[in-house]
Amino acid sequence: MSSLRGLETPEGVPIQLELASVGDRLVAVMIDLMLMNVLGLVLFIIVMLTGARGRLELAAAVILVAFFVVRCFYFPILELRWRGQTPGKRATKIRVISRTGGPLTAQAVVARNLLRELELFQPLAILLAPAAISGGFPAWVGLIAGLWVLVFAVLPLVNRDHLRAGDLVGGTLVVRAPPMLLLDDLGATRGQPGLQFRVEQLDIYGAYELQTLEAVLRLGNTLENSPALAAVAEQIQKRIDWTPGTERVSPFEFLGAFYAAQRARLEQRLLLGERRERKRAAASGTPT
Amino acid sequence: MPSVRFRQEREASWRTLEALVDRVQRSGLRSLSADELARLPVLYRAALSSLSVARAIALDAALLAYLNALAARAHVVLYGGREPFAPAFRRFWVRTFPRTARSLRWHFLVAILLTGLGATVAWRELARDPARWSDFIPPAYAQGRGPDASDADLRSVLEQKDTPRSSLIKFSSFLFTHNATIGLASLGLGFAAGVPTAFLLLTNGLIVGAFGWLYGARGLGPEFWAWTLPHGVTEIWALLLCAAAGLRMGQALVFPRRLSRLASLRRAGETAGVVALGSVAMFLLAGLIEGVFRQTVGDPGIRWTVAGSTFVLWSVYFGLAGRSP
Repeated sequence: MSSLRGLETPEGVPIQLELASVGDRLVAVMIDLMLMNVLGLVLFIIVMLTGARGRLELAAAVILVAFFVVRCFYFPILELRWRGQTPGKRATKIRVISRTGGPLTAQAVVARNLLRELELFQPLAILLAPAAISGGFPAWVGLIAGLWVLVFAVLPLVNRDHLRAGDLVGGTLVVRAPPMLLLDDLGATRGQPGLQFRVEQLDIYGAYELQTLEAVLRLGNTLENSPALAAVAEQIQKRIDWTPGTERVSPFEFLGAFYAAQRARLEQRLLLGERRERKRAAASGTPT
Repeated sequence: MPSVRFRQEREASWRTLEALVDRVQRSGLRSLSADELARLPVLYRAALSSLSVARAIALDAALLAYLNALAARAHVVLYGGREPFAPAFRRFWVRTFPRTARSLRWHFLVAILLTGLGATVAWRELARDPARWSDFIPPAYAQGRGPDASDADLRSVLEQKDTPRSSLIKFSSFLFTHNATIGLASLGLGFAAGVPTAFLLLTNGLIVGAFGWLYGARGLGPEFWAWTLPHGVTEIWALLLCAAAGLRMGQALVFPRRLSRLASLRRAGETAGVVALGSVAMFLLAGLIEGVFRQTVGDPGIRWTVAGSTFVLWSVYFGLAGRSP
């Protein structure tokens, strides 16, 4: 199952995004919970050291409000200020976006984090201190309540977009922040004017094979003289029925030249509205 | 090759956008100059159009991946939230919050009925058998108040106390954080088909009914309500609003009606987010009234005036604010 999801921007151009994995999200939330606790502790120490002299009541008031703000607004404030990220999400390189592709609104962020009560804090409380929840009720009530709440905790594991209940009501999606890395254009750097291919030779493979070859060549930069590269070159030469001319051509050079010629041909056909996805079935012989 | 030329012609503008996006993500929008800020959306739209064109003419997988990532990153920078605070704040209080509260009127009514049901049950049961007091009110909550307490004890709770100023602030902030946490929890728990929210409303009603009966039976009714309602109007109103939004969320999950379940939950989530923000402010106000005003002003007349005027204020606000002319 692919983890790519299409998102339509308000400008009408679809963008592909990779879903964040459940593991990444779990690590992120654990980092955030830890930070919340540390933050609470630091606030407590600061207040006790600075404001508490003779004014214990005021210090207690400040601490109560600070704890409340940390508990209820740590996630919403950070996700709003850091464009869908919290320190935990930053560390795991994931972020919250709106599922519709539009802006991430304050109410969406608040709503998605309100449900942490149901999905995170209650299940944690039930796991860590069952008596505190079901106190005063018969045990079976606590059991049913516990099972029910755990259903919401495992929700992200059982739907294909890994949506948790908060994502459902917030209309949000958690995705990986893609790396921005522009690699060299192999078509420009690896063209070999010396080598010529006939049109029939370039009408065999499709876009899929071209992009596979591109991936091989990008690896090939580091293993220029490997036998694997030679094997790929030989396979292609056999398939397109290509014979070396007078001068010797290394597999690396051959593949570069073939890539450039093949891409030029396929892109030319693309401009005319013909997109070939896969290679033509071989008349005889082995597929590459 | 056209795709090679295409890339050569546009690469500089992509790189500029990449650098700007990088800087915004590292050090915020403020790190951009006015000129760069104006160029950002232009460059973003250019990158999007490059992406469309590249999908149509280019087969270079690396180029397509880069443009996709660039567009996705820039999209987050442009659509990642962060409206200017002041106008958004004003719009929220003048329009969004009262309108949202009005859209919840039926759920609000259900919340009132559930609370009323709890109160009636507690009142009638206690009138029949006062010994059941501890079934309704946990001992920790009662703090000695109950059928066995003397009139003087019950009355003393309602009277003004000379508490030191600093305690008032502590008391207020305790009440505020405690009530707001309960309100937000009853909102969030509504997702579980509304059942926990309904349960909270019923138990809340039981408590109100039990104390209403206790003080009513001793002939202290008016003093008790004068003690409760100045902050209670605001506090209970906020709690009922939270519960209404929670019930709405549970309803959206179970009965999405014409919408898809996802769309219906998202709509309910918007109401929930608005109500959560608005109700926290109401809980803060209620906490201040309860912690400061109630502890310092003992005169029943003034207490009633405050209770009445907060009721009128909220009724007018939620009834009239933000209606389109």
